[in-house]
Amino acid sequence: MVRFLLRRFVGYLVLVLIATCLGYLLAASSLDPRSNFEGRNPPPPPESVDRVLSDLNINDKTPVLERFATWMGGVVRGDFGRTIGGEPVLDEMGRRIGVSLRLLLLASILGGALGVLVGVVGAVKQYRFSDHATTLFSFVTLATPVFLLAVLLKLGALQLNRAAGTTILYYTGEATPGLQGSWWQLAVDRVQHLVLPTLAIVLAQAAFYSRYQRNAMLDVLGSDFLRTAQAKGLRRRQALLKHGLRTALIPMATFFAYQFGLLLTGATFVEKIFGWHGMGEWFVDAVNGNDVNVVAAVTVFAAALVLVAGMLADLAHAALDPRVRIR
Amino acid sequence: MTAGAGATAREPTTTDAAGPVLQVADLAVSFSTERGLLRAVRGMSYEVRSGEVLGIVGESGCGKSVSALAVMGLLPTSARVSGSVRFRDRELLGLDDPQLSAIRGKGISMVFQDPLSAFTPVYTVGAQIAEAVRVHTETSRDQAARRAAELLDLVGIPDATRRARAFPHEFSGGMRQRAMIAMAIANDPEVIIADEPTTALDVTIQAQVLDVLRTAQQATGAAIVMITHDLGVMAGVADRLIVMYAGRPAEVGSVDQVFHAPRMPYTLGLLGSLPRLDAAAGQPLTPVEGAPPSLVALPPGCPFAPRCPLQVGVCVEVEPGLDPTSASDHLAACHRSDEIEAGALGPADVFPVPPPVEPPIAAIPREERPVVLEVRELVKSFPLTRGALLRRRVGTIHALDGVSFDLREGETLALVGESGSGKTTTVNEILALAAPMAGSVVVLGRETSTLETSTRKETRRDLGMVFQDPSASLDPRMPVGDILAEGLRAHGVAKGQRRRRVGELLGLVGLDAGHVSRYPHEFSGGQQQRIAIARALALDPKVIVLDEPVSALDVSIRAGVVNLLQRLKAELGLAYLFVGHDLSLVRHVADRVAVMHLGRIVEIGAVERVFGDAAHPYTRALLSAVPLPDPRRERVRRRIVLEGELPSPLDPPSGCRFRTRCPLFVAVEPERRQRCVDEDPMGRPQGEDHLAACHHAELRNRG
Repeated sequence: MVRFLLRRFVGYLVLVLIATCLGYLLAASSLDPRSNFEGRNPPPPPESVDRVLSDLNINDKTPVLERFATWMGGVVRGDFGRTIGGEPVLDEMGRRIGVSLRLLLLASILGGALGVLVGVVGAVKQYRFSDHATTLFSFVTLATPVFLLAVLLKLGALQLNRAAGTTILYYTGEATPGLQGSWWQLAVDRVQHLVLPTLAIVLAQAAFYSRYQRNAMLDVLGSDFLRTAQAKGLRRRQALLKHGLRTALIPMATFFAYQFGLLLTGATFVEKIFGWHGMGEWFVDAVNGNDVNVVAAVTVFAAALVLVAGMLADLAHAALDPRVRIR
Repeated sequence: MTAGAGATAREPTTTDAAGPVLQVADLAVSFSTERGLLRAVRGMSYEVRSGEVLGIVGESGCGKSVSALAVMGLLPTSARVSGSVRFRDRELLGLDDPQLSAIRGKGISMVFQDPLSAFTPVYTVGAQIAEAVRVHTETSRDQAARRAAELLDLVGIPDATRRARAFPHEFSGGMRQRAMIAMAIANDPEVIIADEPTTALDVTIQAQVLDVLRTAQQATGAAIVMITHDLGVMAGVADRLIVMYAGRPAEVGSVDQVFHAPRMPYTLGLLGSLPRLDAAAGQPLTPVEGAPPSLVALPPGCPFAPRCPLQVGVCVEVEPGLDPTSASDHLAACHRSDEIEAGALGPADVFPVPPPVEPPIAAIPREERPVVLEVRELVKSFPLTRGALLRRRVGTIHALDGVSFDLREGETLALVGESGSGKTTTVNEILALAAPMAGSVVVLGRETSTLETSTRKETRRDLGMVFQDPSASLDPRMPVGDILAEGLRAHGVAKGQRRRRVGELLGLVGLDAGHVSRYPHEFSGGQQQRIAIARALALDPKVIVLDEPVSALDVSIRAGVVNLLQRLKAELGLAYLFVGHDLSLVRHVADRVAVMHLGRIVEIGAVERVFGDAAHPYTRALLSAVPLPDPRRERVRRRIVLEGELPSPLDPPSGCRFRTRCPLFVAVEPERRQRCVDEDPMGRPQGEDHLAACHHAELRNRG
């Protein structure tokens, strides 16, 4: 088992390597950091632009492979270069990952749990009112683009705040800047900021998972072992949870592991709209700002996440399904 | 080894003074379908007492399983159930889930058909049995686990404490069914409902499981309701029998009454269509023509009337009630049961028996007939991988290890053996028409390893193939005409000729030539298999490989298909390679038989020699495990129960591969045993056309 996972790991590592190379080359050859400087008024002298760009290893006058070699040399030592503003990429990335995690960890777990719950209810009550209702909910949510959902949530919060006469829910940033107070007040402030973006992600995720969970559960509902569980005296609800859901979760677990891994860089819209300075926002800003080193670094990070997600998925599957374990 | 101990004589059951434990009265189950109301069960009534075994027998879709699930309250909520189910003095119909779940598994428990799908794959077997204990009694986790191991030990699982920690997929089919029984008896139930408990199992394992069921009954004193389509099993197990047809009981009585004095034509038909191990070969079976009616729109009269040769006017107008015959406890639903009784009519009197067919070529001695298929020292091995997702090679399975036989024109050679013995691998190797790993396959004088692409195609013409399940082997999106013409087209037969040949083929297998544009699903199972046979015949092959050709079909349908195969063989001078596990059927259809065990042929010869005086202890055990559809003979049948299961083909025993299970090995003197351990036995002549690979075949009567 360990050997198998190791082999799998090496395979993923090769993929990460390839993705890294392609990511850097694409970013370096298609982005144009020079235009950032040339657009200034008055334009700085070309020599100083060249100096700055060379200093950051993003000068388009240097052959792209040479830049790549320099960059790679840094990466191997754990140095991802500097942003176009001159800060070390790694420092900023650490901050940004923290922001994204604070937003997404909770949201993913809640989204997954809610999705499973909704899916199970839909399956158990197939073709009854609650199934139709949850189906409608998930299709409407799936059909709503995240940015629209986020804007709608913002509007709802605005109404709520107005009705309450005070600000219950904030919709910009992670916390109120410069707020002083006890840890309790700070925590409440953070929660007030967290609710809306979390809700946006949870709804979208839950809608998505619930469809898969419903199908997985329906497969299990007709199975013989569920009948056996009832035949030995378990109540229907017990049998459904202990034997039905447990088995129906197997395909979901791998799915969930992958989704979570990829979400960390995929919450761009939510981060942008609610003003959370996380990874997703950073990536889009970097592309806009021709920040080659940042784009390359985020690509590496995303590739590494796929690796982690893949390993997680394998482990989760093996943990849940004894049939795939090797003894 | 318990040779002889397994004689199936049963003590007459003492009637429980407290009355029946389970009483079902006028049970009816229906489902709403798109086509209308499906009446799955109508007017089902029975009662069982402690220690009694009630058999419910019938074909698929006759309502036997549905009625059992109705008793347990396990039908889907869409089912409408009426009537009465009384357990002890309690009415079960109408109870809610918490009330019923207190009875399920404790008062009434159930053994299901397919124990692989009936166990939850993600929990260990022991945990699932322990769960059954803990649901009904306050028990600690440890105690329940110990009890689970005890129960597994009781049903004969060796090393039970360790095996309890195994997952269902790590058990063999027989072991899973034992574990299923262990789970059913965990709370000393008063009634055990067993739904086709041995259907998916090999005959030797079936015998073991039936024994376990008896042990379980003795341990709990429970009443058993046994559901099966296999009349042979019933004869040895049941006290009373209900024969069901189209959702209702057609005949009810003691096993002796039903088997020896059937009063309902359907029962007669079922009995007549069964091939029997103890009957002489060559006599055609009496088929019941037609198929069971749709339960959605039942005609007003007797549901069996359209298939019944005794049908008269009243039969199609009034449905007969289930009325007592001359014996008050023997009921039959037939307007003419009195006449059947008065005339003492048997199956052959009621159903038309086709004349016996004898191929003209049978007149020529076997040695003078040309060999159409020759297999010499065939070897095949597979890499064994573990895990569905995470694959890795853990060893090599020697699926075939030196298999040799020949098949001559106009004869049927049957390959028999337990699953895993290599029957299907042999067939696949022959049909591949490629060079085998070792050994040779010669089809009509052509060695397969030397075939070129064109000659291989030419050779394929001469090899027909019929598979087990016609609903899977016929493309559902192709009309029958195209299915039959496909092979013809592939071999360049002109269009006009093709059409003519398709009509001819349909006629040959007894189907209407006007049906060419219909799709497979519009035909019944028996008709589908006839289409598959017609397809195999399309290119006028000399040899047809029949892989379990009737085992997916219902009993009453089988006889017709078997008779058709026999007739075609005689008329067209075909040779059949017949793969089967039903030894009674093999006895009926085969001229010669090869018994396979762990990738070897252990005994081969003329069917009357091998079945009449089996020389290899394995063959003797196989034959003795076959239940006879005759309660009187069943009671005195001496069975050889093989302990354990087929050894792993990964690591076969040294010397004789059968010795670990061999009753003869145990019976002979220790000095003789050494030879079995050291020396791999070769086939030795046991008389004319009869070889057996056993060192001590002469001493066979000791086993």
